[in-house]
Formats: sequence, structure tokens, C-alpha cells
Amino acid sequence: MRKICLTVVGIYLMMINAYSQTSANDSSLYKPQKLKLDEVNIVSSYYNQTADKSAVMGGRTDSKGIGNVTDLANGIDIKFVSWDKKQRKNAFSAGLGIDYHTAASQAYIDTNGKARNNGMRIYPTFDWSIVNTKKGTEFGLGLYYSAEHNYYHSLGLNTSFSKKTKSNGEFGMKLIGYFDNIKMIKPSEFSTVDSSTTNSTPTDSVVYVTTASGRTTAIIYQNGQVVSKSRTGLPSKPRDTYTAEFSFDQVINTRMQASIVMDIVYQSGYLGLPFHRVYFNDGKDTVENLPSQRFKLPIGFRLNYFLGDNIILRGYYRFYIDNWGLKSHTASLEVPVKITPFFSLSPFYRYYVQTAVKYFAPYEAHTANEQYYTSNYALAAFSSHSFGLGIRLAPPNGVLMKSLSVLELRYAHYSQTTNLAADVISLNLKFR
Amino acid sequence: MLLTGTSVVSCAQVKEYQKSRINDSEMVLANRKVEKTEMSAQSYREGASGANGGKTGGGCGCN
Repeated sequence: MRKICLTVVGIYLMMINAYSQTSANDSSLYKPQKLKLDEVNIVSSYYNQTADKSAVMGGRTDSKGIGNVTDLANGIDIKFVSWDKKQRKNAFSAGLGIDYHTAASQAYIDTNGKARNNGMRIYPTFDWSIVNTKKGTEFGLGLYYSAEHNYYHSLGLNTSFSKKTKSNGEFGMKLIGYFDNIKMIKPSEFSTVDSSTTNSTPTDSVVYVTTASGRTTAIIYQNGQVVSKSRTGLPSKPRDTYTAEFSFDQVINTRMQASIVMDIVYQSGYLGLPFHRVYFNDGKDTVENLPSQRFKLPIGFRLNYFLGDNIILRGYYRFYIDNWGLKSHTASLEVPVKITPFFSLSPFYRYYVQTAVKYFAPYEAHTANEQYYTSNYALAAFSSHSFGLGIRLAPPNGVLMKSLSVLELRYAHYSQTTNLAADVISLNLKFR
Repeated sequence: MLLTGTSVVSCAQVKEYQKSRINDSEMVLANRKVEKTEMSAQSYREGASGANGGKTGGGCGCN
């Protein structure tokens, strides 16, 4: 009887303690977090290319068709995060990219090869996103600007939305608009010569002269006399690009996940470049002429699989088609091998093949009665191979310092059947 | 699309505590930041672009 009483008392005391626990879902203790620095990424790359049949020289295969390029690209992205009263995560990112390049073909904008052969590109970006972890949604806005090598200026805007499903999936949609202006720097033989140095003079007009150094001057004539000269005033033409991107990610099992991405792209405006020459079969040259509209439809698939304990298979395939007649296939495989949990080596290979656009023909193969024509070998039929190796270091105590959480180094060799070959080495530093 | 749809139907229910491999940084379904210059060069030297998180034709003097 005594044992039963003690047992009953013990059970009663346990029941009292059970009801004294606080609820696990009590959010009254949650406090919003102010904006703080989350991570900084620095990416630097060196690109070196050898090629011939440059578009500036209309696809010529001799020494004047040289297409050698070097590019030094540097970029930094800084990300800040904060948590608001509704437990939503706000992320703000600011980025800046600065590229410097030399391009041998650029010198042949002047027929004697004396034009400026280098340039810079500066491109800042701003992004904001808000994540609602309770609803599994994310909404974002982005702004982009690019000033490229004095001939190309672009303003970009984007908005995005994504939502997670109950079965480890995620739908996403992104709308992007690029509004570009292309300065009409034409090959020197098509630039109006300063007539004040010749016998004949124009009446009222504006004459644009591009010097061998790449500077442009607008000379204003009135009654045949030079009224003024100014450094600006070269006409430009617009190019607009609208993209609707749809994506779906899915976790398939504990080792595999996949995604599909489809872009619907519409471009309008000046879709060529003003310093790309075309040589007709009669030996005369002109500037390439391409249609003012283009529809593109790329569809990409990714499949990642964790094989065993140390190997990951990253597969990618893309099919592309557009209304200029170009079709392409892209396939790549990257195999990160975890030598240790914090050090991996990633060999990779990429294969690409495309058909030519309807308007392409090689040097001196076009006829003057064609409506559209280009000899830009980026739009020709070719295949390419790319292979290389990546190294990734991510030790828990940082690389050399605690704040440097990840270091990635990557080398790639790229070659096309058009006789173009390139090497690129890139470095990414992530600070947290 | 059909392949992905079939995969969705046959997907195993993966709990959060089972996602240690899925959440590995090298299992991310996107290009690495360190590939940025390669992708940019491809958009200039090739006629196709898009469906890879990079440019689709605007914003640069690319194709």
C-alpha cells in the first residue's frame, strides 16, 4: 500500500513539472536584428586569347584578321543582412566590376591598324531581397549599369520571386530588362573626313571624326566654315533586351537534386556592332547589317549527385534556339573530389556546338544584294571544348586568417574549331 | 520537363536532418562565382547565351 502511494505521488509530481515547460513556439523573445555585414566576395581573373578571322576585319584569315585579346577582370560584392519584426530576412548587395582589356583587332577600326587597342569596362550592381522563411517565399529587385570600352552603355533592371513547395521544391521567376546604347564608332573608311583639310567644304552640317586613338570629335560647320569642335556628339543607337526566366529546383533524394531553367528572350534595336566589317565577293567592304529583332529560347538542366562520401557529380545541359537560325547544345560535367572535408579538387569538361545564323558567311563570301550579312565568327557554325581544374579551400578556422572563409582558384583552357583558343585563371576570395 | 516531372513524382521525402549532403556548398544548383569570367567570355565568343544565370544578350557588347 505504501509503495502504491509513493508511486502515485511520484507520478503526480512528474505531471506538474511537465506543464511548467514553456512553449517551443513562443516567439515573444524574438528581437529584430539590425543591418550587419554578412559576406564579401572578391573575384579576379586573367583571360588570354589567340584568334584570327576577327569580326572587325570581316573574317580575314591573314595577319590583319588577328583577334588576340587579354582581359584583366576584377569584381567585389558586399552583402548586408538584417531581420525585421516579422522575422523576415532582408539582404542588400552592392557590387562593382572593373575590367581592363587589350584587343588587337580593335586597332583595325582604323584601316592602318592605328586605332586604340585597349579599353575599360565599369559595371556597378545593386540588389535587394526579402525572404519570408515561414511562407517559403523570396522577392527581389536589382539594378545594373555598365559602361564598356567607350562604345557600349547599358542600364539593367530586374525583379524576381520564388516560392518553396512542401516537397522540397522551389519555383522561381525573374523579369530582366537591359536598355543599351551603342555609340556608332564605324571603321575609319566610313567615318567622315575633316573636310576643312581638303579642297571641298560642306555647308551646314556636323562632321564626326574618330582619331586613331579612338577619340571622337564633332566638327560643326555653318556656311562652309568651322563654327566649333567638341569631343562629344557621336550618334548612338539603342538595343533593348527583355528576359523572362522560369526555374524549378527539386531535391530528389538525400544525395540528388536537379533544376530546370528556361529563358524567353526578346531583343530589339541595333543588334550588330558598328565596327564589324563585311567584305563582299567583289572586294568592297561595308558594316555588318543584322535584323532589328531577335527571339531566343535557351533551356538548361542541372543534376547534382553526391557519390559515396567524397565525390560530387555536377552535370549541366542546355539546348538553345533562336529565330536567326542558330541552334546549339551545351554539355558539361564537373567532378569535385573532397580530398578532406575542407579541401577539394574539381576537374571539369565542357562541350559546345552550334549551327550558323542565316546571315553568316566567311570573308568575301557575301553578295551586295543580300539584305542582312555578318562575318562575325561568334555566329558561325563551330564546336568548342573547355577543360580545367578548380581548387577549393574552406577550413573552419579560415584560410590564412579567420575572416577568409573560402578560397577558390580555377584554370580553364578553351578552344574553338574557328582557330580561337583561350586560357583563363580566376581567383575567388570569400570573407565572412 | 518530363524527366523533371517524373523525378518529382518519385522523389523521396527528405527531412531537414537528412540534408547534410544536399546542403553541401558544392551541391548548389548554380555556377560558382569563380566561373564568372569564363561565362562572360562564352557570351562574347559563342552565339548562344542564357539559362545558366548569366547574361541573355543585353547589358554587354556580347551576342
